[in-house]
This record gives sequence, structure tokens and C-alpha cells, in this order.
Amino acid sequence: MGFHIVVCAGIVPDPLQTLEPATGPNGPGIKTEMVLPAVLDPWAASALYEAANLAGKNPGSKVWLVSLGPKAKLQQVMMSVAQKVSFELVPIDGPIGGFPDAQATAAALAETIGAIPGLERARLMLFGGWESATRGAGVTLQLVGERLGIADQFQGVDAIEVREDGSFEVLERVEGGKHQVSVCTGVPAVLGWATGNLAEPRNNPQVGMANMRTIMPALQKAKMVTLDANGLQYVSVSLPKQQRATRVEKNMSADEIAAELVAWMGAE
Amino acid sequence: MSSAPQPIAVDRQTMEVDIACAGFGPATGGFLTTLTQAWSESPADPAFESKVAPGMPLQVMCYERADDLAAGVSGVVTRGEGIRASFPKLDPAEIPMAAAVKRESVFYLLDPIGARRSALLRFGDFCLGLGRDSWVKDRAFELPWTPAFLHKHGGMILSIGQFNQWVGTKLMAGGLAQIWPGMPVSGPIFDGDNGKEKRTVLGLRFTDQGVDKHGVAADGYMPGMDVRASLTVVGDGPVGAVGQKLDERFGLPAGHARREWALGMKMVIELPEGSELEAGTVWHTFGFPEPEIFGFLYVHPERLVSVGIFVPSWMGNPQRTAYRYLQHYIQHPLLWKHLEGGTLRSWGAKSLEESGKHGEPFLTGDGFARIGEGSGSTNMLTGSGVDEAWTTGVQLGEAVLELLHADKPFTQENLAAAYEVRRRAGWVERGAREAKNARNGFHRGFIHGMVGMALAGLTGGRLALSGKIPPAPKQIRKIGAHGKAGLRLREAAKVAMADGRPLHDALMSARGWPEIPFDGRLLVTHQDALLMGGKVQAMPGFADHVVFLDRQRCIACEEKTCVAMCSGQAITLGADGAPEFEREKCVHCGACLWNCAQSPDGERSSIEFVAGSGGLHSAEN
Repeated sequence: MGFHIVVCAGIVPDPLQTLEPATGPNGPGIKTEMVLPAVLDPWAASALYEAANLAGKNPGSKVWLVSLGPKAKLQQVMMSVAQKVSFELVPIDGPIGGFPDAQATAAALAETIGAIPGLERARLMLFGGWESATRGAGVTLQLVGERLGIADQFQGVDAIEVREDGSFEVLERVEGGKHQVSVCTGVPAVLGWATGNLAEPRNNPQVGMANMRTIMPALQKAKMVTLDANGLQYVSVSLPKQQRATRVEKNMSADEIAAELVAWMGAE
Repeated sequence: MSSAPQPIAVDRQTMEVDIACAGFGPATGGFLTTLTQAWSESPADPAFESKVAPGMPLQVMCYERADDLAAGVSGVVTRGEGIRASFPKLDPAEIPMAAAVKRESVFYLLDPIGARRSALLRFGDFCLGLGRDSWVKDRAFELPWTPAFLHKHGGMILSIGQFNQWVGTKLMAGGLAQIWPGMPVSGPIFDGDNGKEKRTVLGLRFTDQGVDKHGVAADGYMPGMDVRASLTVVGDGPVGAVGQKLDERFGLPAGHARREWALGMKMVIELPEGSELEAGTVWHTFGFPEPEIFGFLYVHPERLVSVGIFVPSWMGNPQRTAYRYLQHYIQHPLLWKHLEGGTLRSWGAKSLEESGKHGEPFLTGDGFARIGEGSGSTNMLTGSGVDEAWTTGVQLGEAVLELLHADKPFTQENLAAAYEVRRRAGWVERGAREAKNARNGFHRGFIHGMVGMALAGLTGGRLALSGKIPPAPKQIRKIGAHGKAGLRLREAAKVAMADGRPLHDALMSARGWPEIPFDGRLLVTHQDALLMGGKVQAMPGFADHVVFLDRQRCIACEEKTCVAMCSGQAITLGADGAPEFEREKCVHCGACLWNCAQSPDGERSSIEFVAGSGGLHSAEN
């Protein structure tokens, strides 16, 4: 039978760029975000690679990638992502930037997923990122699951193993660097992925060409949405603190370097 | 002796397409735009039906080495005539960081810190200095007029990264062409049955993935696929792997040679609040930090400027360290009064092929055509290459449309009749002929060079100084093991090895250049620059793309120009005196290819620069 795996994946400015906060008419955002190249959110990208891997192991499975963002940016991101694994894109043409309300985002995603032709709820696995490299409310995926009526939800997932009877075992990250092992009797289920265990797939132009046959028509037909702020107010915004202190050391041992790093981190 | 990674003998997957392009830049952008616009006007035209997928439109693929279409490394000012011809309603405001040119100035920069100057130049500087406060301000003399050949009136200031992204988005939305970044092409597929006399290309081969640094198969080995095409369009720039391999196999036309190069290195700087520099301002400079180094400042919208220098191969000094020179350049009083307090947003570098007509390769063969900078289109008299590259792409696009409509195959004969004829009749060719000998004089010195350039520029190329252009390795002045310079080099190398300081930085300091007063915002170490505004990335699983062919020769080399000139400090001095390469720092500028003083045959370099993955992720360049 296989699974119907829907991966919710946002696009974010390439984290390698210099990201600076800026306040626009819709609240806080990132300076010149439209200028910066976008990438698939790295956490969600892990979910996509895991989805493709799972689909490959379970014949008859299919992967959809649902992404909300400006059409032009989605197209740009697909040039790279489409070379990695096979999927069908379900784009939602929406606004870029800022920190949109998770409720509004989840509503748009759930409505779109519910309308995917041929998607069978009895075979559904909803994948996404547990976190976001650039912005993440930390609740969007759960809200999508709730709107779709899926009660079995797992977050911080690093591995899934499907058993012959259709049940599956999930490793979730918990405090103390440990994993919690859960067994779920079957789908539908929501899995918010941590980093997983798969390496980023190599670029394969044949995979890209096959994907592109459906991606470009889908982008042309992408439904446009606006995200209601629902009276959202931003109390404060902060960026992760960055420090750079480059130094070349050729005579220090690895232990000495490690000790200095630990002391430096401790001082923070 | 070592050699570049050789493709492993395995059965490779093969894919058939109609047209395969190597490299996505302005030239390929012009080519694909021409095809896409024609197809979108009449998509049902049978001329556009694919031969490899009957019933479908032409299968047109473009493969780009860099990880993103925006990962370009050039801020340019261009007249943009060819670009505007493709987009008649173009408004620069549509393209991020683009601005219409408003004013242009040319400055001769006097030396504010006692850098190297000939006696004649010192005298000239002294005479100019007499006019302090009247015609010399901020240690700079503004030429009362900008020579017509330098003018970019009606043109645009662009970030090539943003321009590529803008063009790529339009093309992908157009629906005919597919562009795939992050896909390095190792070389063309030659027809094994044909000798070198018959120039035939059957398609492109991708770089192997899942290999170690020496190209040996490792975990996840994936042999590079073969893409076979009726037409292979080569637009991978001056140091692209496909273009290099074509030149290697077929040679260059009689009398042609690629001997003149420059490294363009620039910063994108956010100006301090209240800056008076107006978007659209263009400055050309010469005279500092070395007489041979030309510089520029282009003002983008939103308080961004591109500031950079060109370090040419004919500057014989083997310690030509571009990053350090650029730091001194931006501190010249003329620039610093605007830049001080600014923030470095990104930085990048690129090799420029400056031979022009002298270095033009065979433009066509059976199944292939060459466009853009790698085809010798850059005009070094006007200092312009983007619009020229775009236009050669358009010319090939029009030629391909003609052949498709006539149902003629892409043979050398047909491509020559359709593409080369267009190219010879166009403005790019006229400009190239005018510029052909404009720079010859620089090989006899800076003053000769300026006179020669002025002569050629003011007479439309009818007059120029003659000059013999030596191969790039011979343009590097020998240090000599026993002279003062040799002693200085050894001392600098000792210091660099002892305290872990980069060799090229130590060399510049040893030559008397003042230390850089780092401020952590704009004046930052070279290594920090690699981490700002885009950062350098290298996907695992690819082989080293810089290969030193003869380690003993490298150890014996006194000049070590490859180390001094490496834009990303990716080439460093190893403990045994041989250069070492770190792929994770390489920005793929290709400078190592022509900054090698140890030629095995008097012409070629001892360094191979092959197809590789990664590089700068900066989008603002």
C-alpha cells in the first residue's frame, strides 16, 4: 500500500547570509529579505529527505511537498531541492518574511493539504521540521495536525522504523541527550523532524527533470493566500548572538584548544 | 607529478537533451532569453519540437557550477544596450541593487602612504601636488572629462548576483529552459572517432560525486552523468572546465593566445547613515595602490556601494596580494571619507580574461558553440564585459532559431554561417577590434600603457602601441634567490611560518606597506571576510579542484605567487615549502591558474583548475 507522506516545508533566507532585523509595516522582519537567496528550511529539508527515504523503502508511497511562500522564491528554491529527491510540489503563493501568525499559517496549510487530490487520510504521514533555522513559532506543524484531526504527534524525531503490521517505532529527542522510544499503531501521524540521520542527497539532474514536469505547472496554478495577523502584537525580537574571534594556533594541542573553547563558552 | 582527478572508468548514466548549456551567467542568460522569448510567442511552431522527446518542446538544460544562480561575484557598470534590447521596457528598479548611471568621474589617485612609484610618476605626483586645494582634493586629481570610450551614459549599475537571479527567475517561469545550479560539469564529451582536426562535441559530463579529495570513489559514489545534446553551448567563463578542455584539445586559432588576465576583487559596503554618495554614481580610478591597479566605486540604491580593484597579470610583482591591496585602496582619502564607518556586507573575486581578440578561441564546431567571456568577448578598452557577453548569447540564440526554423543540424558549417557571421557583423566585434591592441603598452610599463590606451581609445583602435605579450607565467617577475627581494621573501616566509600569519600578508608588510587597522566592521582579516556576507561553502563528496602538477617544482619556486594571489587564502604554504589547497576556502576565482611562475612548457601553468562544487554564497556581489 505504501504511505502518503506530506512534508510541510517553509523557505527561509540562506542562513549563510548576513541576516539583520528590520521592522516593516507588518512588524519585525529581516532586512532586504527579497534580495537574499532562499533555501528550504534546513530542519524541514531533513524531513523531506527522510520522507523520500521512507517512501523508497515502502513501495506504493508518494511524497508531496507543501510550501508557503512567494511564488518566485519557491521557484528559485526548487531549482536546487528538486535535484535531491522525488516529490510533487504543492505550492501556496503567500507573503515573504516576518514572523507570520502560526494559526493563520497552519490554517492555510491544513486547507491546502485537505484539498490534495488523491491523498488518503488512512495512509497519511505529515512531516515537517521540529524547528526552523531562521524563524519558527514551534507550533505550526502541531496546529496543522490538529486541524486535520491527527492525534498521534511526535516532535524532535530522529528515526522511524516501520514494522510489518503497519505500526512504527519513533525515536524522539528528550532532555539529557537521550531519545524516547514510542510505538504507534499506525497512521495517520504527525512527525516533526530533528536532523534525522541521513546525509543530504547528491544532486541528480534526472531526478530534477522528472520533478520539474510537475513543479512548474503547479507553481503557475499556485493558490494565493494572505495571512491574517489575528491582532498579533510583537513584544520584542532578538537575534541569536554571534561572535567571531578568529585566531590561528599551530602549536597548541587539541586538548589545550578544547579547554580554551570550553572556558570561552563557559564565560558566555 | 600528480594530475587532476580523472573520470573513473565506469558505466555512466546517459541523458538525451536537445540543447545543453555549461554555466549560467550573462551570456547564457542572453542565449536562453532569446530562445524562451521566441518560443513563448509561438509555442506550437514545429521548429520548437524536441528531437529527443517527440511531442514535447525542445529540451533545453543549463547546468551551473555554483550552488545558487545568485552566487555571482561581480558588481558592474554596463551600458546595457544588449540587455535593454532583450528587455525593451526594462526598469532598473525591477532588479534589486540596480541603479541607472547618473554621473561618472575618473580620478588619478596620488599616493598617500609612500607606495611604490617610478621616478617619473613621483615627479608627476609632485607637480599635481603643487595644485593642492585647487585641482587636487583628497589626494586625488579628477580628470576634467571622462573619455568617451569609458562612458556608460544611459547604462546601469548592477549586482551580477541579483541580475542572474532576476534573469533566471524569468527564464524558469518562461517554461522552456531548465537551469540547475550546484551541478559542476567536468568537461565536454568528445567524439572519440573524430580526430582533433574535426572539432566535435557530443554533450557534457558531470563531475563525479562521492569521491575523496583525489577523486577516488568513496562512500556514496555517484559517477557524473553524461548529457548528450545536439548542441552544447559553452558559457562557463574564462576559467570554466569545459572551455579549458576545448582549448586543450583543439588549440586556439593561429596567432591567438590567452596571456592577459586580471583578478577583480571587490567589497559590497553599506555606507554610514547620512552618506552623500548618490545612487548611480560611478568612479573609475587609477594610480593607487599600485600604478598598474585600476579601481572602481559604484553606488547602488539603499546606501550600498561596490568598491573594487583589478590586479592585472602584467603587474610583474609576484607578491600581488589582492585582498591586502583592496584594503589599502578603500583607505585612500578620496574613498575613505565616504566609507569610514561603513560595514562590509560581502566580498568576492573573479578572474577576468583580458586577452580579448588575442585570446578568442574557435567559436564553433560540430555540435558546440562558445559565448561570453570565455569566447573572448570582454572589451578591455571600455572595461566592459557583461553587455558584450549577453549580446554574444543573443547572437547565438538568434542563430539557433534560424537553424531550427530551417531544420538544419548544428554542424560547424551551419553554426559558423549563422552564429559567427552574426558575431562578426555586430557591435561586440567592432569594439573588440578597436580594443585589440589597446593594452599592449602596459607590457612596457605603466606610462606606455596609459599612452597606448589613450591612443587606441581616442582613434577607435586605428592607432595603438605595438607590444609583445609574454605568456602569463613569464609576466611574473623573478625574485632571484640572492637579491634583496629574495631575502625579504624568505624573511617574510619565516615570519609567516613561525606565527601562523598568512604568507601574502607578511609579504606585503615586508615590502613596507603599513599594517591594516582592523575595526571588525569594514577592515577585517581575510579569514573573517570569508565568513561575512555569504560565506564560502564546499559540499562534501567532491574532489579537489585545484591540483599542483609538480610538487618538486612548487617547492623550488621562489615566487609562490599562487599563495600570494589566492583570493580566499585557500592556498597556503605547507611545512615543506609546497603549496597546499583547502577546498573549503576556495571562492573559485581561478587566479591560481594564471598566477604560477613555474610553467612546464613556457606557456601553461603548473596548476590545474578543474570543475568543482561550492564557493561563495554571496548574493549581493
